[in-house]
Amino acid sequence: MSVEKMVHMANQIALFFSGYPREEALAGVADHLQKFWEARMRRKLIDYVSAGGSGLHELVRDAVSRLPVC
Amino acid sequence: MPMIKEVDYGTPVGGGPGIVALEVDGISVSVPSGTSILRAAAVAGVQIPKLCATDKLESFGSCRLCLVEIEGRRGAPASCTTPAEPGMKVRTQSPKLSRLRRGVMELYISDHPLDCLTCAANGDCELQDMAGQVGLREVRYGYEGRNHLDAGKDESNPYFTFDPSKCIVCSRCVRACEEVQGTFALTIQGRGFNSVVSAGGKDFLDSECVSCGACVQVCPTATLIEKTIIDRGQPERQVVTTCAYCGVGCLFRAELQGNEVVRMTPHDDGKANHGHSCVKGRFAWGYATHKDRIIAPMIREKITDPWREVSWDEAIRHTASEFRRIQAGYGRDSIGGITSSRCTNEETYLVQKLVRAAFGSNNVDTCARVCHSPTGYGLKTAFGTSAGTQDFDSVEDADVILVIGANPTDAHPVFASQMKRRLRAGARLIVIDPRRIDLVRSAHVEASYYLPLRPGTNVAVINAIAHVVVTESLVDEAFVKERCDLASFEQWRTFVAQERNSPEAVEAASGVGAADLRAAARLYATGGNAAIYYGLGVTEHSQGSTMVMGMANLAMATGNLGRRGVGVNPLRGQNNVQGSCDMGSFPHEFSGYRHVSDEATREMFEEAWRVTLQGEPGLRIPNMLDAAVEGTFKGIYIQGEDLVQSDPNTQHVAAGLAAMECVVVQDLFLNETANYAHVFLPGSSFLEKDGTFTNAERRISRVRKAIPPLAGLADWEVTMALSNALGYAMNYKHPSEIMDEIARLTPTFAGVSFEKLDRLGSVQWPCNDKAPNGTPVMHMEGFVRGKGRFMITEFIPTDERTSSRFPLLLTTGRILTQYNVGAQTRRTNNNIWHEEDVLEIHPHDAENRGIRDGQLVALISRAGEITLQARLTERMQPGVVYTTFHHPLTGVNVVTTEFSDWATNCPEYKVTAVQVRPAARMSEWQERYRQTRDTNARLLHETGIGGD
Repeated sequence: MSVEKMVHMANQIALFFSGYPREEALAGVADHLQKFWEARMRRKLIDYVSAGGSGLHELVRDAVSRLPVC
Repeated sequence: MPMIKEVDYGTPVGGGPGIVALEVDGISVSVPSGTSILRAAAVAGVQIPKLCATDKLESFGSCRLCLVEIEGRRGAPASCTTPAEPGMKVRTQSPKLSRLRRGVMELYISDHPLDCLTCAANGDCELQDMAGQVGLREVRYGYEGRNHLDAGKDESNPYFTFDPSKCIVCSRCVRACEEVQGTFALTIQGRGFNSVVSAGGKDFLDSECVSCGACVQVCPTATLIEKTIIDRGQPERQVVTTCAYCGVGCLFRAELQGNEVVRMTPHDDGKANHGHSCVKGRFAWGYATHKDRIIAPMIREKITDPWREVSWDEAIRHTASEFRRIQAGYGRDSIGGITSSRCTNEETYLVQKLVRAAFGSNNVDTCARVCHSPTGYGLKTAFGTSAGTQDFDSVEDADVILVIGANPTDAHPVFASQMKRRLRAGARLIVIDPRRIDLVRSAHVEASYYLPLRPGTNVAVINAIAHVVVTESLVDEAFVKERCDLASFEQWRTFVAQERNSPEAVEAASGVGAADLRAAARLYATGGNAAIYYGLGVTEHSQGSTMVMGMANLAMATGNLGRRGVGVNPLRGQNNVQGSCDMGSFPHEFSGYRHVSDEATREMFEEAWRVTLQGEPGLRIPNMLDAAVEGTFKGIYIQGEDLVQSDPNTQHVAAGLAAMECVVVQDLFLNETANYAHVFLPGSSFLEKDGTFTNAERRISRVRKAIPPLAGLADWEVTMALSNALGYAMNYKHPSEIMDEIARLTPTFAGVSFEKLDRLGSVQWPCNDKAPNGTPVMHMEGFVRGKGRFMITEFIPTDERTSSRFPLLLTTGRILTQYNVGAQTRRTNNNIWHEEDVLEIHPHDAENRGIRDGQLVALISRAGEITLQARLTERMQPGVVYTTFHHPLTGVNVVTTEFSDWATNCPEYKVTAVQVRPAARMSEWQERYRQTRDTNARLLHETGIGGD
């Protein structure tokens, strides 16, 4: 998956949960990524955040830190 | 089983509240009040002669054959129109009645061809039967008088003929068209002797007739009869099975001579169709034995090589060897599989078991990914389970019907007929759709409100409807308080009440007038039982899941859940979309919608399957293709799914498949995906195997083998052989054993077995100890998840935007006579109605571009370009164009994009920014496609296999 597509998909998730209070939103984004993204995709996202996470919604950046190592 | 004639009780059962006891020929019988004497007699086992009466239609009283005598009353009333009354003593036989009936029959026969022995209906003709029953021995009038015997035959319809010389003008066909189908295409033209059945146009094909077959079904003579019966004669045996087209799941009798199907007739006991059918299920079954069927396994090293026919054994061994080679080289997770919504529950269950247990990954997905995956996500989040809430019959108690993003008369025609019956009886209708579908205004049906929204603004509109409910105090507070999670409700109420969600605020974006939207919202909230029916116009959006939750919010807020007549009802596209999802086809969950990370569930499966399972979600279809392009996904087993034609951005799909080292396609035909396949495994049609389908109302119905598999193996046997070759043992003797395993491992299916299905006809899940005979309406006492959960559904416009380069919005869909990628219907005479995909465009948009009706136009998006013919129609709103995806040469998914639903990756087929301009030739992609198709045909020919 291209970086652009990954960023777009992750940001879509963040936008859905952005209507919730921050803690709920962070939990929602992290839970969604954990439940529905395959490990390779999550790993790529985690690496991307580690490299700066350019273009990512801030909810994604913060939620990724809650993901277990995969 | 041998042919069994269904008992015809003459008229429908009475709908009165009490029970009436009477005597018919001295036999005591009790029937519901309002029941006709004709039916009461039939219940008592007394067959009164009849011709214009059938229990499929309301009584009519025209043929005068069913006359009876009633003690204490004068004359001989028609038993079909006379209600049974308490204490009545009815006599059905007397010299006077015999004389009267013979007189009637003499008149009929005096104007009827005496060709019984060569007539196609010989042996299945009610007129013939009645002549015998009344003892007709002569026709005193002779045959020389004026008659209709020279009336010309109408053979224009590809599936049935209309021979007016055999017509007795009983009006059954006209009434069936009205009462059963609701199209009102047929009428009686002329008066007296000149009365004839007319389809309106110059012939049937030119008329409004939708070829549902209801008229043919009720015709008591050979006037309307299937061409297959004319060609081949009457069937000798029948097998009751379930249709393999849409998600309505009609039961049919496959009628056969030996192993040749000669007719499919809708089964009266079908609880989803009640004896009705549509043009696809009733007539478009010829594909099952089409010459294009591939019935021998084939392999090739490269996709540019010719195919080589091999034995099943070699094909399976080769496939297993390739998959193991790929896993050895690229890792366990480098292969996966795709289940099909066209296959049975047992087959989809086996494929996902193969992937999880034999492949060792969770890289399994299903074609529901591209249609109703947001339904699964949204309804599970709100209610706790991924399924529609009602049975189809529930619509009969609906007072308000809200249809959103669905076109039932085309895509779910048999249910549409049921819905239209309810609408004709007084229910109110709201339609929300960018395209003016037929339901908005058709014979005796008119929407109270039609909201023609702009594609991509569903969520804005549903929020605005909810805004009206909340701000005008239309919330069912008692229901919410008792049944819903109050914290989530308060959160949602605050959100949706904000001014930015008001009808006035969203009018500019959605294109829906605020006044109409407010009125529609009030009707939904206050009009009595309100039911939502929706289709892919809801799900195939970047906010598909959000919209599903938005509808769930609305239904909960207004208390429209948990009883008949209400609910949130997805109309599933394919026959077994519900079932394929139920069976654990998604990469993140086992059967029964239990996440793979749930340890207790996983341990149960590990114990049953004797293997260690992964607790991480696998790849979805688009993720598999992305991973293939990246080089980490190398092999795929695709059962009954044509990714290349049906998935978005065709060129990306093709690139993904081309990057794999072993693509295995199991299908009836060499579909578009097979162009990229290294192994082709012949599939078996629904006529060739045993199993079950689960329809849109969660109804599990039997699929029964009518003929042996043409390729020697049913699909489940092929999957089993592949698993065994991979070293993971599967040893089912019959699909019933697979269902037994499903029942053991899936709480909602715990009470399901083939024995029960054969006994009850069908059951709706949940079917378990709490509901041994199934569950027609869900969430009656409480939601599956406990309290219903409201979700905040912020409207977020799609990133697929119009611009000066792409100023129009394309939305796609399907039509009545073709079905999805057309693999089945394109191989039938249904092509007569839709031989190519066309682009519907509003006359203003066409005029601005210098486009005439029928002209070739280029349809261009950011993803690609195709050409097709333009059809000018005011069905479309300005700024929006529409086409279908039934024909591969059109390649409509060349222009659709990879934008997808945020939660499920369901593609956003319904919103693509496009430009349309006149064109002189096919697009480059289409030229390339044609060359590829020709090359493949040549390769196939060189193999000596044939094909198209």
